[in-house]
Amino acid sequence: MRTRRTTLAATVAIASLALAACGGDEADETAAGPPVAEAPEFEPGTTMAELAEAGTITVGTKFDQPGFGLENLEGEVEGFDVEVAKIIAAELGIAPEDIDFVETPSAVREEVIEGGEVDMVVATYTINDERRERVSFAGPYYVAGQQIMVRSDNTTITGPESFMENPDATVCTVTGSTPSENIRPYLASEQEQLVLFDEYSQCVDALSNGTVDAVTTDNVILLGYVAESDGAFKLVGEQFTEEPYGIGIERGDVAFCEFINETLAENEEAYVEAWESTAGQVEGAETPELPEPAPCS
Amino acid sequence: MDAVTENLDDYVSGFLTSLSIILWSLVGSLVLGMLIAACRVSPVPPLQRFGAFWVTTFRNTPLSVVLFFCAFGLPELGVIRSFFFFGVLGLVLYTSAFVCEAVRSGINSVSAGQAEAARSIGLNFTQSLRFVVLPQALRTVVPPLGSVIIAMFKNSAVVGAFGVGGDLWSTGLTLTSARGYETLPVFIGVALGFLLITLPAGALLHVIERKVAIAR
Amino acid sequence: MSQQSVLYDAQGPRAQRRTRIGTVVALLVLAVLAFVVVRRLVEQGEFTMEKWGPLINPGNEAFDAVWRLLLEGVVNTLKAAAIAMTLSIVLGTLIAVARLSLGRTGRIPLIGLVEVFRGLPVVVLVYFGVRVLPDVGVPLDELPGGAVLWGLVIGLTAYNMVIFAEVVRAGVESLPRGQREAALATGLTNGQAMRLVLLPQAFRVMLPAIISQLVVVLKDTSLVTFVANFDELLSQGESIRRNLDNPIQTFIVIALMYIAINYALGRLAQYLERRQSRTAGEAGTAADEDSRVPVGGGA
Repeated sequence: MRTRRTTLAATVAIASLALAACGGDEADETAAGPPVAEAPEFEPGTTMAELAEAGTITVGTKFDQPGFGLENLEGEVEGFDVEVAKIIAAELGIAPEDIDFVETPSAVREEVIEGGEVDMVVATYTINDERRERVSFAGPYYVAGQQIMVRSDNTTITGPESFMENPDATVCTVTGSTPSENIRPYLASEQEQLVLFDEYSQCVDALSNGTVDAVTTDNVILLGYVAESDGAFKLVGEQFTEEPYGIGIERGDVAFCEFINETLAENEEAYVEAWESTAGQVEGAETPELPEPAPCS
Repeated sequence: MDAVTENLDDYVSGFLTSLSIILWSLVGSLVLGMLIAACRVSPVPPLQRFGAFWVTTFRNTPLSVVLFFCAFGLPELGVIRSFFFFGVLGLVLYTSAFVCEAVRSGINSVSAGQAEAARSIGLNFTQSLRFVVLPQALRTVVPPLGSVIIAMFKNSAVVGAFGVGGDLWSTGLTLTSARGYETLPVFIGVALGFLLITLPAGALLHVIERKVAIAR
Repeated sequence: MSQQSVLYDAQGPRAQRRTRIGTVVALLVLAVLAFVVVRRLVEQGEFTMEKWGPLINPGNEAFDAVWRLLLEGVVNTLKAAAIAMTLSIVLGTLIAVARLSLGRTGRIPLIGLVEVFRGLPVVVLVYFGVRVLPDVGVPLDELPGGAVLWGLVIGLTAYNMVIFAEVVRAGVESLPRGQREAALATGLTNGQAMRLVLLPQAFRVMLPAIISQLVVVLKDTSLVTFVANFDELLSQGESIRRNLDNPIQTFIVIALMYIAINYALGRLAQYLERRQSRTAGEAGTAADEDSRVPVGGGA
C-alpha cells in the first residue's frame, strides 16, 4: 500500500490536473480548511480519544480519481475526499500534515477497514447494504448519480436506454465497479457492449479516439472529463442511480460515526469550501448541500 | 464455494471468452512467429535485422505494455477495432517473438551438413527445407514451442484487463469487487478455469514431445 | 550475420543480385510503413513538446518529478524482481532436491504442486499473493516494504520456484552419473554429494537459464498494476499519464526502459553461455547467437 503524507495544506484542484505539472503558481485557491482544534476533549476509550491522543490519523482514499482523490507528481493527494478528511481530522486536533493518506482502490476498502490498517476511508465510497455487513458508514457527505458521457457529435445515445436500441454501441467503465453493475441491465449484450478497464481515464482515452461510444460512471467524475475535453464530450440523459458517498469506519463504531456526522454538520462552510476548491471547480458542477446523515449503526 | 456455484453462468461465459482469445492468438502467433522466423533466416539483410529488432522489442517488453500500445496506440493511427481484436493482436505480437526464436533455434540446430547433403543430391531450396531441414528441426522445436504456447494460454489473462471484460480474469474481479464475494473462493474458481485449459494442454504437449522426440 | 546458414550456400552472382533487389524492396516497404506511422502521429499531435517536454526536456517544470517517479519505479521493479528471484532459486532448489531424493510415492504431492503452479497465469498468482493472502489473515503488512511488495513477491515466487525446480532437476540429471557415484565412493553421504558435488556443477550449467528467467520475472512485476498499487515502473507510468495526459509518450519511454534493462540482461546471459560452452570444451554448440528461449515465458 502506498502511503503519502500531505506536505501542503494547500490544494491544487482538478482544474489544474494538467497544471500540476506547471508548478504551483496556478494554485490560486488556498483552502486552508477549518482551524485545527486545540487539545479537544473526548470520552476516554473512544476512537476519537485515541486518535486525538496519537495526534495522527490514517485515511484511505483514491489516488487516481480527479476531483476526489488524485496523487500529483509530487506525491500529494488532492480532491474533495481529501478535504473532507481534513475537516474531520481538524476537529480531532490533527493538522493536515499529520494525516497519513493511504491509497485504497475500490476492491480493498472493506479489507483495510476490517484489518485496522486505516482509521477511516473517504474514497468515493458508495453506501450499500452489502458493504454495511462488513463496515459502518458515517455520512453520506455527498450524493452522486450515474450518468452517460458521449462524444459531442453523437446523437444516437441519449441515455442508458439507448444501448438496447443500438446493440453496436459500446460503453466503457471500470472493472468491478458499482457503475459496471448498474449498467448491465441496460445492455442488449454484455459481451459485445461492455468494455472494462482499470481506470476511468483509460475509458476516456478510448472514448476520445473512437474505440468506445460512451463512458458511464458518477456524474461528477464525468463532469470533470467534460470540462477538460474542450467541448469534445457531453453528458446525456438523466442520472439513473443514486450513489450516496459515505465515510467507511470500523463496523459498529457508533460514537465515531456520530462524531463524524456532527463534525460535518457543524462545518458547513468548510464543506462548501472543500467542494468549491476541488470537484466543484468543474464547470456545471453544482455545490451540494450536505445530505441528511443516515442513522449510525 | 458458493461464490462459484451461484455464478456458474458467469464463469462459463468467462471461460469461453478466454478460450476464444486463446484460440485466435494460437493461430495468429504461430503464423506471425513463423513469418518473423523466415525473415530472420532469410538471406536479405534488412529482413534479418527487422526480425532481430522485432524479437528484441517484443521479447523484452512486458505484455501489458504491448497491450497498451495496441489498445491506445493503434486507434491513434486510425485503426478502430474492438478491444477483443486489440487484445488478441497484442498477445499475438508478443508471443510471435517467442515462437520465432523457438522455430529459428530449431532450424539452426540442424547441422549444416544435412542441408549440404540435401543440396548435393539435387534437392532445391524448398525441397531441402521440406524433406530434410524442417522434419529434423521439428524435434528440437516442439518442446520450447510447446512451452511458449502454454505460456501464451496463461498470458491471455492479461488481455482481459484491456477492455475485453467478461473473460475469466475480469469475471473474478467483478465478483469480488462489485458483488462483494470473498476473494478466496472466487479466485479458486478462476484458477480452476485456467487449469482446465493448461493441464490438458501440458499433457498433450507431453504426448507430442514423446512422438517426435527420436534420439538423433 | 557472419554465421553460415544451414539453409543456403554461399551465394553466386545471380543470387547476390536477387538478394540486393530483395534488400532494396524490403527497405522501401519498411521505410514507407515507418513514414505512414510517423506522419499519422504528427497529424495526431503526438510529437508536440507539450507532450514530450516533461519526459525529455530537463528545463520542463515537470521533468524532475517525472524522472524521480520513473527512477523510483525502476528501483522498485528491480527490488521486487531480485527478491522474487532469490526466493525462487532457493525454494526451487529445495523442491528439486526433494523431488530427486524422495521415493516414487513421496514425489506425487510435489509433482502436483509443480503442475498446478506452472499451469496458472502469473497475474492470478499475484492476485493470490496480494489480495487473497491478506484476506485470509496472513499479516503481510508487518513485513518490511509493505504488503503489496510481499504479495507480489509471493505470487512471482510461487510461479518461478517451480520453473526453477525443473531447471535444477534437469541440471542435476544432465550431469554424468559418475559424478554422484564418485562422490559416494569418497564417503560422502547422499545429501553431501548433492550439496557439494552435484548442485554446484548444475548451477554452473544453469546460470544462463537463471538470467534469462530474470528477464521474465522483471517483466512480470508489471502485472501488479492489475491487482493493486505498487510503485514499480509501469504503475509510475500510469501515475505520470494521469497527471500529464501523455499516455503514448510516457509508455514509449517506459517500454524503452524495460527493453534496455532486459536487453542488457539477455546479453549477459548470452555471454555467460558462450563462455561456458568454451570452457566446457564443446565450442560450437551454443554458437547460435541469442537462441535462448526462456524456460517459462511469463507475461
